Amino acid sequence: MTPITTRSITVSVNGVSHTSQVEPRLLLIHYLRETLGLTGSHVGCETSLCGACTVALDGKAIKSCSMFAIQADGSKIVTVEGLADSSGRLDPMQEAFWNEHALQCGFCTPGMIMVSKQILERNPNPSDEQIRDGLDGNLCRCTGYQHIVNAVRTAAKAGA
Amino acid sequence: MGTTITKTDKLVGQRVRRREDPRLITGTATYVEDVKLPDLHHAVIVRSPHGAAHIKSIDFSKAAALPGVVAVFVGRDTKDVGGVVCGVELPGLRKPHHHILAIDRVYFVGHPVAVVVATDRYIAADAADLVEVDYEPTRAVTDVEKALAPGSPAVHPEWPDNIAFTFHQNGGDTDKAFAEADVVLKQRITSQRLVPNAMETRGVVASWHAGDRALTIYTSTQIPHLARSILAGMLGLEENRLRLIAPEVGGGFGSKLNVYAEEALAAFIAMKIGKPVKWIETRRENFMVTIHGRGHVDFYEIAARRDGTILGVKLKIIQDIGAFHQLLTPAIPTLSVLMMPGLYNFRNIQAEIVGTFTNCVPTDAYRGAGRPEATHGIERMVDILAAELKMDPAEIRLKNFVTKDQFPFPTATGLNYDSGDYAATLNKALEMTNYKQLRADQAKARAEGRLVGIGICTYGEVSAFGPSPATAAGGWESATVKIEPSGKVTVLTGSSPHGQGQETSYAQIVADELGVGIDDVLVLHGDTSIVQYGIGTFGSRNTAVGGSALYYALQDLKVKVKKMGALLLEADEVELIGDQCRDPKTGKSVAFAQIAGAAYRALKLPKDTDPGLVVTKFWEPSNFTFPFGAHIVSSEVDRETGEITIQRYVAVDDIGNIINPLLVDGQLHGGVAQGLGQALWEEAVYDDNGQLVTGEFMDYAMPRARMMPWIESAHTYTPSPVNPLGVKGVGEAGTIGSTPAMVNSVVDALSPLGVRHIDMPLTPEKIWKLIAGSKS
Repeated sequence: MTPITTRSITVSVNGVSHTSQVEPRLLLIHYLRETLGLTGSHVGCETSLCGACTVALDGKAIKSCSMFAIQADGSKIVTVEGLADSSGRLDPMQEAFWNEHALQCGFCTPGMIMVSKQILERNPNPSDEQIRDGLDGNLCRCTGYQHIVNAVRTAAKAGA
Repeated sequence: MGTTITKTDKLVGQRVRRREDPRLITGTATYVEDVKLPDLHHAVIVRSPHGAAHIKSIDFSKAAALPGVVAVFVGRDTKDVGGVVCGVELPGLRKPHHHILAIDRVYFVGHPVAVVVATDRYIAADAADLVEVDYEPTRAVTDVEKALAPGSPAVHPEWPDNIAFTFHQNGGDTDKAFAEADVVLKQRITSQRLVPNAMETRGVVASWHAGDRALTIYTSTQIPHLARSILAGMLGLEENRLRLIAPEVGGGFGSKLNVYAEEALAAFIAMKIGKPVKWIETRRENFMVTIHGRGHVDFYEIAARRDGTILGVKLKIIQDIGAFHQLLTPAIPTLSVLMMPGLYNFRNIQAEIVGTFTNCVPTDAYRGAGRPEATHGIERMVDILAAELKMDPAEIRLKNFVTKDQFPFPTATGLNYDSGDYAATLNKALEMTNYKQLRADQAKARAEGRLVGIGICTYGEVSAFGPSPATAAGGWESATVKIEPSGKVTVLTGSSPHGQGQETSYAQIVADELGVGIDDVLVLHGDTSIVQYGIGTFGSRNTAVGGSALYYALQDLKVKVKKMGALLLEADEVELIGDQCRDPKTGKSVAFAQIAGAAYRALKLPKDTDPGLVVTKFWEPSNFTFPFGAHIVSSEVDRETGEITIQRYVAVDDIGNIINPLLVDGQLHGGVAQGLGQALWEEAVYDDNGQLVTGEFMDYAMPRARMMPWIESAHTYTPSPVNPLGVKGVGEAGTIGSTPAMVNSVVDALSPLGVRHIDMPLTPEKIWKLIAGSKS
C-alpha cells in the first residue's frame, strides 16, 4: 500500500487558529473531535442525514461528517464549545434549549443548537413552520421536536 | 411524625429545568465515543453480507500485514467466551448458542465474523476491508409466515420448523363467550419490524489491567449492573474485577436494554492485547445488528353482543424472533398477551404465541415492548367492531371500560390493574377536541368528497417492572443517600437514566424531603464502582421504582437526622423545617449542615446510633403500575397523492402523580413521535435473501420536525397506590397511545371507500393504491 501523505491545514476553530498535518481523507468531524479534542459535535450517521455533527463553517451550518478536513483549510469554524462567552455565559440559543427542555439524551443537541442559530440568522422572526423546515436536516429521537420548536421561538423572541 | 410541616416551596410538581443540561448544551458531556485512554486501540468488525451462509474460510493475512494492525480475531479465537445471554425462561424455549463471533455459519446480515484491531480507526477500517471471507450462501428466510410454511429454509438446521417456542394462555371461558356472541369479527393485524435508532449508536471502550486483574468497560447501556454481571459471566471473570461504566448515554428506547456480542468482544480484545480498545458502532451497523422492535403478525378475533358489549378476544401472535434471542426477546410478546384486554371489562381471552426464527437480527424490547402491539390490536378491533355495529368509537369504548369502582381490577390475563378512571380520561379528550363538532365537521367534509378521519385510542399499559417474580431480573431498585459532612447530599441511584432527567426529578424529591436546596443535591448513576447494585431504566420504571427506593431511603435518613438534631438541641422531639431541625417547645433550631457535621465528627451520638448519615435502600413494588390515556387524532387524506395530514393531535394521559411536568411533556412528545413513526413511516424491510434494504436514514423514514404535528397534551391524575410517590410511569405512554389513534384516524377517513383495516406504515403509496383500487 502506498504511504499516506499528509497536508498542512490552518483552521480557525472557536477563535483559535490551528495548523495541523492531516491525511487528505480525514473527515472534518474527526479532525475536530480527535485532533482538536472538541468532542461536543457528534457522529450520528456518517451520511449527512442526521445533523449531529453540524458546525458553522464561515457562517454556514454544515455537516462536518461529510466534508474533509482539508476542505476546511483557511476557514473559520464555530462548534458548540465556542458558543458560550469566555466568562461561561451561555449563548441565548443554549439558554433557550435549557429553559424549554429541548433536549433529553443530548446527543443531537449540539447540532440542533448550531442549526437553530442559523435559522434565526436567516430569519429573525420565523413561523413555527419555518422553524420546522429549518430543522429538517437534523434528527432527534427523544423530543418529538416540539420543545425544540419552542426553544427556537423563545430565542427569537429574546432577539437571539 | 406528629408535627405539621408547612412548606410552600415544594419542588415536586414544578417545571424545574434540568440539572443535566449545562454539560449537554455546551458540548462537554462524555459519551462512550468521547472516552480517551492512553494507547487506545480501535476495533472494526467484519460482518456477514449474507442472510445465511456457511463460512468456508477466512483469510486475514493481508489485513494483519497492514502497518498499524495489531491483531485480527475470528470465531475460533473467541469460541470460549460465553454466548450472548438470553435471560428468559419459558417451557420448551429453544435457545441457539449465540457465539460472539460466528464460527462456521452466519445467520443474518451483519452477523460478526472477524474483528480487526489497529492503532488508528481509519487503519482498522482499511484492514477490515482486506479480510477475505469465503462464504457459501444458503437459502434464507426473512418473512415469519414463510418461515412457518412447510419447505421453508431452516434458520437453525436442528429445528427445521423454525419454531423458537410456543406459549398459550387462557382466561375465562372464551369458547362459550364466542358461542354466545351476536357478532364475531376476525382481522389479521401486523406490527412491523422497527429500528430503535437511538441517536447515539452503541459503543464500547474496554481496558484491562493485568496486574490487578481489573477490567473496565465503558458502554452505552440502560442496565450497567446487569451488564456487568452478564459480561463477567461471559468472560469468566470475577464480577468484582469488572467495573462497568455507562457514561452519558445518547438514548436507548430499549435497544440498550441488552448485552451484546460487541461488549464482550471489546473486553476479550483488551484482555488479549493488553491495550485499551474502542469499538464504535456505525449507523449502518446500528440498523443491521442492534435489536429491532415489534415484528408481529397477529390474528385477532373479537366476540360481542349486538349492543356493543365485548365478550372475549382470541389472539394468535406470530412473533418474528430473528436468528437468535437477545436478552429478553421471547418475553416481549408475552407482554402483548398480558395487555390484550386493554382497558375493557371482558373476562374471556385465549392467546397463543408462536415465536419464529428468521434470518434477521433479533427483535427485543423497543419503547413499549409488547404493549404497543397489544394496544394496536385491541384498539383496531374495537374500531372494527364499532364500524360493524355502526356505533361511535367513543361510545363503544365508554360502554366497555372497566369502571372506576372496579379497582383493583383483576384481568383475564392475570394482572391486577392498580387504579384508574378511564371514562374521565376519554371524556376529557373528547371535550378538548370538541368531539361532537369534530364529527359534524367530518360529515360536512365527507359530503364535499373529502377524506377526513377521526381516530381514538384508549390505551393502558403495564409499567414500572417489578415485582421480582414477574420480571426476568430483579424487579426492585436501589438508592443510597449520603448526607456529606458539609450537609451536601449525594444520591446514588441503581436505575440508570439516559435522557429521562432523573438527575433533576430525584433532586426535586430530595430537596422536598430534606429541606435542602436543589443545588445541594447531586445524583450519580451508571458506574458500578460508585453505585450499589441496581437494575436499570426501562419499562417506564425509573421514577416509580427507583424514585420510590429513594423516597424510602430519605425517610430512614430523616429519622436519623432528627435523632441527631434532638441530641444537639437537647430536645425530646424535633421537626424538620426547611434546612433546620427545630425544637417545637423551645423554638431553638440547628441547621442541617451542623447536624451533618456532628454526625461525622461523632463526639456525641444518640443511643444505638452509628456515626455518619448514609442510608441505602433496596425497594421492590408489590405490583406493576398501569398508566392509561386517550389520544385522539383528526386527519385528512389527499385523494390524489395518498398523503396524510394530521389536523389535530390531542393526548390526555393519566400517569398518576407528576414529579416534573416539563420532563413529562418531553417524554410524551417523544413517545408520540415514535408511535407516529411506526404508524406512518418506519419499517425495517428485509428482502428474501436477507438483505436489510432499509439500512440507513436515507431509506428508513424517521420522523423529522416538519413531519410532526403540534401535540396538545393534558392529564387526569389517578395516583398509583403501588408506590409512595403515586407515580405510574410515562416513558412509553406516548408511543403506545399514538399508533392506534393515528391508524384509526386514517381508516376512519377511508371508511367511505369500504376500508376496514390498513397495516402500518401508512405510506402515501399504500394509501394511494387503496384509493385507486376503490375507484376501479
